[in-house]
Amino acid sequence: MTTSPVSPPRSAPLAPTPPAAKPAPATARVNDTAVSIGAEPSGRARWIILGAVGLLFVVPILSMVEFTFRDGLAGAYTLDHWTVLFDPEENSRYRQLFAAIGNSLTLAVVTVAIVLLVLLPTMILVHLQFPRLRRVLEFICIIPITVPAIVLVVGLAPVYGVVTRLLGGSVWTLAFAYGITVLPYAYRAIQANIDAVDMVTLSEAARSLGAGWGSVLARVLLPNLRRGILAGSLISVAVVLGEYTIASLLNRQNLQTALVQVSKSDPYVAVIFALLALLLVFVLLLLIGRVGSTRPGRTSP
Amino acid sequence: MTVAPSPAAPTRRRRGWVRYLGLTPFAFYVLLFLAVPTAIALGTGFLDAEGSFTLDNLSALLDPVILGAFASSFWVSALTAVVGAVVGALVCYALLGTRADGAVRSTVDSASSVLAQFGGVMLAFAFIATIGIQGLVTVVLREQFGIDIYADGVWLYQVPGLVLPYIYFQVPLMIITFMPALQGLKPQWAEASATLGGSRVTYWLRIAGPVLAPSFLGSLLLLFANAFSSYATAAALISQGAQIVPLQIRGALISETVLGRANVAGALALGMIIVMVVVMTAYSVLQSRTTRWQQ
Repeated sequence: MTTSPVSPPRSAPLAPTPPAAKPAPATARVNDTAVSIGAEPSGRARWIILGAVGLLFVVPILSMVEFTFRDGLAGAYTLDHWTVLFDPEENSRYRQLFAAIGNSLTLAVVTVAIVLLVLLPTMILVHLQFPRLRRVLEFICIIPITVPAIVLVVGLAPVYGVVTRLLGGSVWTLAFAYGITVLPYAYRAIQANIDAVDMVTLSEAARSLGAGWGSVLARVLLPNLRRGILAGSLISVAVVLGEYTIASLLNRQNLQTALVQVSKSDPYVAVIFALLALLLVFVLLLLIGRVGSTRPGRTSP
Repeated sequence: MTVAPSPAAPTRRRRGWVRYLGLTPFAFYVLLFLAVPTAIALGTGFLDAEGSFTLDNLSALLDPVILGAFASSFWVSALTAVVGAVVGALVCYALLGTRADGAVRSTVDSASSVLAQFGGVMLAFAFIATIGIQGLVTVVLREQFGIDIYADGVWLYQVPGLVLPYIYFQVPLMIITFMPALQGLKPQWAEASATLGGSRVTYWLRIAGPVLAPSFLGSLLLLFANAFSSYATAAALISQGAQIVPLQIRGALISETVLGRANVAGALALGMIIVMVVVMTAYSVLQSRTTRWQQ
């Protein structure tokens, strides 16, 4: 076996350019075919849709930017709201906010670890070994949508009483609750990939060629599931960094609760931090996305 | 690899409970952090202040104010789910054929992840800056075009004010949840359709459409559930009153000083979960149809 993931024709839609079997220079021509038979939009249709929607979605962000430069209600503009952040004497007021950002990043990492170490192996195991339990697993994974955070938090309070006694009250323990919150999203992302890849045949083929289970997992299943795993991790990060309900009602500090606190005394700084947080997370997700798409094995057909 | 079992004992034949050991971490985790909290939360709806069984809290669900909150939650969720699903699906379609590792796709993916679930509190900030009383769009419309969007009163801090912020996180969520399904369309189907003389319309109406329909409706229901249970944006935007169900629950939770109100939260949660169970049951049915054609 080579190091490239096993890509039988069935999993072709997951490859970067749909018909993976064709050589790379043919990409443009392949897309032309897809457009002419109607499977893909034409270039013009694509840019009209993306342009219109993109424009509408940029307006609130631009409004936030404009707001941070306002000097009161008079209509004049100032840089003061930004410069104060770089003033060592002034920005100590926001130290709590920086700590809260650190808390949220820690929570994101631990939550993704829970997704990858608890949910993902279970999904693969169920799909390969317990086909009858697939529906049960799916049912369990969508329960957190049926049980919203604000309902869950009532019951989580006593549970966290126990958790705090056993593991201490540090902020990362909140990730146990967040692992449940992200369950439906992570599940959907990974399952969509599992559904599109014939994992049973792939693993049986690899096994019959003499691969051990570790090899099957590392060199056949995970490479074929990488887009789902990546998508699941990305949405988990976004969910955790945006989480407000559970943190605020369990009295823990995270990014969102800190923003609400600051906005009451200084709306300009709250909006600046909201913008920076949006940008930071956007760049973070962009980086993770780039790393995921340039893994070895992608380039060699 | 060294982990290969001996040929005489294929994994499929492994005996009894040992096979199930691999499932225990997940089962234990879900039991502890999902099943137990849910049981505690719903159980309080049936308890009175002394902790004995009662159905009195449930009668609160018939209160006109609470029924009104359910109605508001319902129409806001339905409206934003439909708009979000249609616009989101259009964006997904526009993204077909772009390189999965290209700049366009990764930008849209990242932006969607950011907005779909990162928003919450910050979307309230964004829309106050946009269509607040002194918001950029409000001011431009008033001073350049003479249009006063608040001629009939300020609606941003009321239920109608939730519609635009909610759509702002519904569309990206649709892109995230629906894109994998759209990408799952096999190019061979379009080629086969074209080879057999099918037109664009034939392909989308009779092949891609039916294949995608369960996924689309499933995503639509997911969006509805997402809006129905959304709390942070509303909490940050609506400071006075509790016009939607999640705000009612919070009100009941934090007003523990008012005797007997705390357990009303449990009853409200129960009412909310009944709606959610109906929606998510329909979702499950659609999901089973999604997997049926793939097997």
